[in-house]
Amino acid sequence: MKLNRRSFIKSAAAGSAIAAAGSIFPGISFANWKEQTGSAGQITWKKAPCRFCGTGCGVLVGVSGDRAVAVKGDPNCSVNKGLCCVKGFHVVQALYGKDRLRTAKVRRGGKMVEVPVSEALDIIAAKMKQTIKETGKDSVAMYGSGQWTIPDGYVASKLFKGCIGTNNVEANARLCMASAVTGFLTSFGTDEPMGCYEDIEHADVFVTWGNNMAEMHPVLFSRMLASRKRRGNVEIIDLATRSTRSSQASDKSILFKPNTDLAVANAICYEIIRNDWVNWDFVKKHTTFHKGKTNIGYGTEDHFKFKDAPEDISFEEYKEFLSDYTPKKVEKISGVSARDIKYLASLYGDPSKKCTSFWCMGMNQHVRGTWINNLVYNIHLLTGKISTPGNSPFSLTGQPSACGTVREVGTLTHKLPHGVVMKEAHRKMAAEIWDVPLTNIDPKPTYHTVEMFRALDRGDIRFIWIQVTNPMITMPNLTRYRNGALKDDRFIVVSDVYPTPTTDVADVVLPAAMWVEQEGMYGNSERRTQHFDRIVPGPGETMSDTWQIIEVARRLGYEKQFPWGEDEYIGKIWEEYRRFHDSPKHNMAPYDVLKKRSGVQWPFVDGKETRWRFNSKYDPACKPGSEFDFYGKKDGKAWIWARPYEPAAESPDDEYDFWLNTGRVIEHWHTGTMTRRVPVLHRAVPESYVEIHPEDAMNLGVTNGEMVKIISRRGEVTMKASIDGRGKPPRGMVFVPFFDESYKINEVTLDAFCPISKQPDYKKCAVRLEKA
Amino acid sequence: MPILSYLVLPQDGAMDQLCSDLSSMEYCEIIPADNQEVVVLVTDTPDDKVEETLQETLKNLPSLQSFSMTYGHNAV
Repeated sequence: MKLNRRSFIKSAAAGSAIAAAGSIFPGISFANWKEQTGSAGQITWKKAPCRFCGTGCGVLVGVSGDRAVAVKGDPNCSVNKGLCCVKGFHVVQALYGKDRLRTAKVRRGGKMVEVPVSEALDIIAAKMKQTIKETGKDSVAMYGSGQWTIPDGYVASKLFKGCIGTNNVEANARLCMASAVTGFLTSFGTDEPMGCYEDIEHADVFVTWGNNMAEMHPVLFSRMLASRKRRGNVEIIDLATRSTRSSQASDKSILFKPNTDLAVANAICYEIIRNDWVNWDFVKKHTTFHKGKTNIGYGTEDHFKFKDAPEDISFEEYKEFLSDYTPKKVEKISGVSARDIKYLASLYGDPSKKCTSFWCMGMNQHVRGTWINNLVYNIHLLTGKISTPGNSPFSLTGQPSACGTVREVGTLTHKLPHGVVMKEAHRKMAAEIWDVPLTNIDPKPTYHTVEMFRALDRGDIRFIWIQVTNPMITMPNLTRYRNGALKDDRFIVVSDVYPTPTTDVADVVLPAAMWVEQEGMYGNSERRTQHFDRIVPGPGETMSDTWQIIEVARRLGYEKQFPWGEDEYIGKIWEEYRRFHDSPKHNMAPYDVLKKRSGVQWPFVDGKETRWRFNSKYDPACKPGSEFDFYGKKDGKAWIWARPYEPAAESPDDEYDFWLNTGRVIEHWHTGTMTRRVPVLHRAVPESYVEIHPEDAMNLGVTNGEMVKIISRRGEVTMKASIDGRGKPPRGMVFVPFFDESYKINEVTLDAFCPISKQPDYKKCAVRLEKA
Repeated sequence: MPILSYLVLPQDGAMDQLCSDLSSMEYCEIIPADNQEVVVLVTDTPDDKVEETLQETLKNLPSLQSFSMTYGHNAV
């Protein structure tokens, strides 16, 4: 793109005025100024959501020629208001790693050889046909991602569930937020948060439950800190199993023993009732009480099944249940002092304080993940602190479209874009919109993620197509699943942007377009759908994941269901998908509205976004005249659950005497595939490490930076010790970030999961340590 | 062929009207601030006479409170 002299002078004129405005009006922003000149020539700024986490920050991508060269926060995006975190500011560099996959590869004679993409797509389609013919439709599977765009997930679901007729569709969001989904469904009958990020500016108290927001959701954490600084009377309580940067910035840090958050939450409810801090008007009108099965197992065995059996109980029975959770008793279980429990209860119970609870992986990657979600809702329901500005129980997401693509499109085995495969009415709707026979859609779910990879190991699944995710790093008890994928008669297709341990096990690798190299939409934590254009071309023969699926679908004979042209398919897919959500409870914004704005929240009704659901002041889906209407439940009432404390699947013992906790760091995102290729981020944290308490390190005879072997019943990893680093585990616990593929910590972790959500627990297993 | 830029302030409550007025005028391009009531105006006219006429029109615009030049170039 060449800049002529006149354009240059006009651009200089605009720049001069903007510079003058900046000196006269501090903080003034001209986000719509699309062009500026520099030594590199003309830069055009275009909006997109950030590629990384589920916060959904709006960014402006600076483009010069065919290359993205700069990023700034989008001041028009209400999520981040012009802020970015360290990853966001470097996001465009993730596009340009030297080893980008540019061509397709096929394994021939044990070696990967380059082939044209069209040939690779032919091979994939032929292999799918052959596998379905020989071993049945349920022997082929798709494993996607919360980083899939919404169209990616939609066409995957349509092809596999609607056309092929198998429910073998899962996504890695099963590993990060399935417990949030089942928590919402069991408490409210419908998924996704009732509140929004605006709660941050209204709340007086924040309790972060096992959630290191300072590193994992830094922009939202900054908003919390800014609110505290501005208003002065805001309190942040960090409730966690290890000390982090969030603990340092909070007003109070409270540590609990792993899995005992269940007991702590119940003790808070006990105190709220004992002190008569219950909002009786709210509770009587808008809640009912229930209990479910107990001693529900951990899913470590193949073919594990669990179905809850909810029963109604009275308030008195619930109160009796809580008598096992007095602060004194829970102090012994959890290590949290009775005084701190009472303090937490007093904050939630104070009718003059607006309370927001945030959580993410700490509560969701939990063998009782659904239960702990239920129990935090209980606190908000008993006090009536819900669905109003500043009063929000709020599950944050880790991936940019875990909500948009996995939860809303329904790319999980039991789900459809609207509803579940088990219900005929939902199958009918899908069959009609997809233009497939009703009988195509199987009413029986097949495999959740862990069981899907077990099925691959057993041979029940013979073909799996993996897109936008890296399960050969992220699966717990990894060695079993990698060995399963490597078995001779398994066929693995991987679509990705860089080589990974997952492409290492592939028979076909497809080079994928990344982020703004394609048009698409993400859906963030607060029900916000965010559209982005194709801003720059992808390298080589890269192709969007959506288009890869369409190409294979057509080769399988489904041209009628996938008729769109390359210049229109995203808009057409969006408008088809919107039909599934055509009601005031979930209406999505039209394509032309999404294109214009930096995100639109659903339900989008009569041109308006819904900030707080279930509250008739804000939510048009509520029954007229109702103050609150939890319309996911037939009677419009939310459920308060009696859920007990139960221990983790594996706890330290004489042989394996430490807890192993895994997680992330601010510089790297997930398995580091992108961020480790951004030089400044890689240099900041070049390799993973194991955090150890100083006294444990001393007993082990290890100093900072010395090598430690971490050994579990499943595997071992040797890595450098970090003592008194940014994170500090208590005695008896070690913490390992999982971003570094050189240290596969998931060979050590356990594939136990919440029996209701089927989400694995990456935060708790038993290990022993040796000085290496 | 003068190219000039200005910082333009609207009358109270007339930001939208000002943007609408300016963007409908020939030779004018605007960049509204997104968080304050200020507009950057860039004018690109064919000759001095048109430029003078345009400035007169701007002075008489009801939605405009004031404007100050920040850049001027008379290309030949």
